[in-house]
Amino acid sequence: MAIKVLHHGLATTVQDLGRPGYFHLGIPVGGAMDRFALRAANLLVGNDEGAAGLEAVFIGPKLEFTEDALVAVTGADMPAKVDGVVQPGWSAFKVKAGQVLTFDFLKSGARIVIAVSGGIDVPEALGSRSTYPIGALGGYKGRPLAAGDELPVGKGSLAGEGRTVPEALRRKPGMPAELRVVPGLYWHRVTEQSQENFFADEWKVANEADRMGYRFKGGRKLDFVAREQPFGAGSDPSNIVDSCYPYGSIQVPGGTEPIILHRDAVSGGGYFMVGTVISADMDLIGQLQPHTPTRFVRVTMEEALAARKDRKAALSALRDALA
Amino acid sequence: MTRYSFGGDEHLFVECSEEMSLEAFFKSLSMAKGVRESGIRGVTEICPANASFQVKFDPDVIHPDDILKEVQAIEGAAEKAEPVLKTRIVEIPVFYNDPWTHETLMRFRERHQDPTGTDLDYGARINGYGSVDDFVAAHSGSPWFVSMVGFVAGLPFMYQMVERQRQIQVPKYLRPRTDTPRLTVGHGGCFGCIYSVRGAGGYQMFGITPMPIFDPTQTTSYLSDFMVFFRPGDIVKFKPIDRDAYDQAVEDVDKGRFFPPIREVSFDLREFQKDIDGYNAKLEGTLNGH
Repeated sequence: MAIKVLHHGLATTVQDLGRPGYFHLGIPVGGAMDRFALRAANLLVGNDEGAAGLEAVFIGPKLEFTEDALVAVTGADMPAKVDGVVQPGWSAFKVKAGQVLTFDFLKSGARIVIAVSGGIDVPEALGSRSTYPIGALGGYKGRPLAAGDELPVGKGSLAGEGRTVPEALRRKPGMPAELRVVPGLYWHRVTEQSQENFFADEWKVANEADRMGYRFKGGRKLDFVAREQPFGAGSDPSNIVDSCYPYGSIQVPGGTEPIILHRDAVSGGGYFMVGTVISADMDLIGQLQPHTPTRFVRVTMEEALAARKDRKAALSALRDALA
Repeated sequence: MTRYSFGGDEHLFVECSEEMSLEAFFKSLSMAKGVRESGIRGVTEICPANASFQVKFDPDVIHPDDILKEVQAIEGAAEKAEPVLKTRIVEIPVFYNDPWTHETLMRFRERHQDPTGTDLDYGARINGYGSVDDFVAAHSGSPWFVSMVGFVAGLPFMYQMVERQRQIQVPKYLRPRTDTPRLTVGHGGCFGCIYSVRGAGGYQMFGITPMPIFDPTQTTSYLSDFMVFFRPGDIVKFKPIDRDAYDQAVEDVDKGRFFPPIREVSFDLREFQKDIDGYNAKLEGTLNGH
């Protein structure tokens, strides 16, 4: 069984739940930006939650199937069509041999996940099928898909057509989007007034928003607490001696435009960070389009842990719903 | 002095010092090693950096307060531990002032502090060297610690093993380049680096090495076991080579017969500090098989 790529969309990559364990060598965890969407899509088509699927951003690919398969599309609202017939989102539907899967325009969100029964069966690299293009690692030949590619698909079951994820479990960013942040890391480097402003201001997702990081603009510039720069840090007040960057950490080069590092993060560098988006909200970032109004919401560690628990509960509910 | 902070609910950030020094690097590496050896439950990854490190953990397994206590307990032990590191020294050939980085730096000249010269001219001048040759002699004359591996796959940050007043310091480009040749030997702030892959970059470019340091295909002879060459704590000695030696090395790499000289060494920070140049000469002796 294979899938022929007739058109690649904008940037479509093979992704699973990522390759943890190599960040200390600069190789990020990668994997689906919206983990919950990947798990849901896989469960819908009878795969293991962590099977490899396709992640497409803003524009869907055009795919021809060589054999019958069960398919599910989750994440963003971008209607899938089989030979031109619209299929429901967050639901399992059948694609027959020779049929072509295409996508309508994006209605909301940013990224869809396409799961196929059997999973995308490219070779694993460092324990994962996720694509890390900068390192030419994993995925299909270490790169985003291109027209003419033929994706191998594993053996799957065709049972489960029509199953669907309950509406209440389909998570979407609000308007404005709210991202919960635990302040920390180099938070003390900015003035109290700037600390207040950071959470008070409305930001907008900038055009520079991809799997490595999401940039935001529109809030007030952060002012720094005066100091003599430490040796090795560099002369700009936003510079630090190059350190590790947590996933979800928010760096603000020059104090102007915050950047949240995401799944394909650079592992370290010389910009100070004001804090970190909590694990429970990382999936949401992957569904933000450029220009989306966004608020950063200050939370405590205990609130972050409670939110994490809520996400676990949602995942349990998803598993129960599709069991 | 050591500062602890959480990066959200999954990361503990430990800053051993705000400023860079060999002592801070050594402490962060020792602590990171201590955390790894202690086998704290819930720890999923440990990332050492120049003067800090980061522990990724699973808060479903260990509460953040508890991991903080456990890591803090290691700090005391790390401070009492002998500052001795078992590591390896490796010789990296560098073709300084090569045509490829030269072409690239000319292409991005308007993003540079001094568009009239090269990055080497600039680095030599602002660090008080009379000529590029003297600057290259300083760059390749003393070894470097790999103080961090990261940014992108397999890229080493390196800190030269000399007193602070002899540290080479250069600013990054005014605006980052969109292109850097693969295996460029660069420098930004007080850190050297080798670009493991082609791509964007802001460090000044001094030369290029023929020796791949990241190979996802693992077809390079000495990368067949693992695709990333460097590990934090490695000691690097640069060896200036000319065009002929560069071409020969590239051919040797292609034919699978290039093996970088590597020796196991034990590094003692206190002995090093007593006589830096003498200690480095001994390290170099070990590298050269004396």
